[in-house]
Amino acid sequence: MPIKNEMISLWKIFGVFATIGAFTIGGGYAMIPIIQNEMDKRGWISEEELPDIIALSQSAPGILAVNISIFAGYRLRGIKGSIAATLGTIIPSFIIILLIAMVFTNFKDNPVVIRIFKGIRPVVVSLIAVPMVNMAKKSNTTWWAWLITILTMVLVAFIEISPIYILLVLIVISFTVTYLREQKESGK
Amino acid sequence: MITIFIQLFITFFVIGIFTFGGGYAMLSLIQAQVVVAHAWIDESTFTDIVAISQMTPGPIGINCATYVGYDVLAKTGAGHLLCILGSLSATVAVVLPSFIIVLAIVKMYAKLNHNAIFEGVMSWLRPAVVGLIGAAAIILIFNSTWSGTPLFSQYDIKVVSENFPDWKSWALFAGAFISSLWFKANPILIIILGGIAGLLIY
Repeated sequence: MPIKNEMISLWKIFGVFATIGAFTIGGGYAMIPIIQNEMDKRGWISEEELPDIIALSQSAPGILAVNISIFAGYRLRGIKGSIAATLGTIIPSFIIILLIAMVFTNFKDNPVVIRIFKGIRPVVVSLIAVPMVNMAKKSNTTWWAWLITILTMVLVAFIEISPIYILLVLIVISFTVTYLREQKESGK
Repeated sequence: MITIFIQLFITFFVIGIFTFGGGYAMLSLIQAQVVVAHAWIDESTFTDIVAISQMTPGPIGINCATYVGYDVLAKTGAGHLLCILGSLSATVAVVLPSFIIVLAIVKMYAKLNHNAIFEGVMSWLRPAVVGLIGAAAIILIFNSTWSGTPLFSQYDIKVVSENFPDWKSWALFAGAFISSLWFKANPILIIILGGIAGLLIY
């Protein structure tokens, strides 16, 4: 089921992802609350599906925000949808950076800009924390799930292990465990 | 002139392939290629580019690629149009590998969605994603560093002062958290209000 709805126009996808891209400040994870809100509001991607999209996007190389756009766009309208979503995510950045490189060369040291961002930064941090709480409510139904969550969090945040290693190890272990369990069940 | 475009494209394509773990991981790869290997841009310019990439809206990796692509051409004395083409080739190149790989994954996902083994793997990855998002928030609040030798290492945790310089920033954090979690306020609105608040209180 790659294509969800032929009726969603590519311009609409582009527009929604351009809005998301324009307000993704401070890395791919800052995109998650906005994408969750926009997708949920339109019924495009369910709250259950989003953690899968993030997990698989994080397992692929590249920029997380772009990977999520490619993935989500494809779910909406196939390859065309993923191109529209990716262009949407990229184009606001592209234009803003070009303007800074060409015109506002002292953007970084502008006192008004500094004050605005002093207000935005702490807000973005809590916006990243909120989807964690929401997703935990949905997906962490066992003590086992909480153990994985807490271990991942500690290893990445405090021991500074790259997320990709954790995901790779989890993929290998969980594949083996599930495979052996399936074998055992089919053997009965 | 055409060789610089090809070099930019290849460099950023390779960076796109080897970036695992998001935009911040990409910054060090861009630095290794653009500052050290090719010496297209000096260290202090790159530091400025990173700061701007973090401050401006949009994915950090895209911002950085766009800016570096522009600057590399600007350094050769090229005009605005060629510089924009430089941005374009770096940005397209950095996205292209993801595009191919993620499309392959998405097709696999559609096929395996109800497969028992795939579902088993995902049931481990979903809570890990919750942890990754938690870690992303923690990293923006606390800065942990290891120092010293492996045997006598010292571990320090400090609040990230750029994000939380004073009590007012904690108040903004709490306000945004409550309005988002309990009142389900639109995150874009919260960001705009945060910006306005910053302008008013600082």
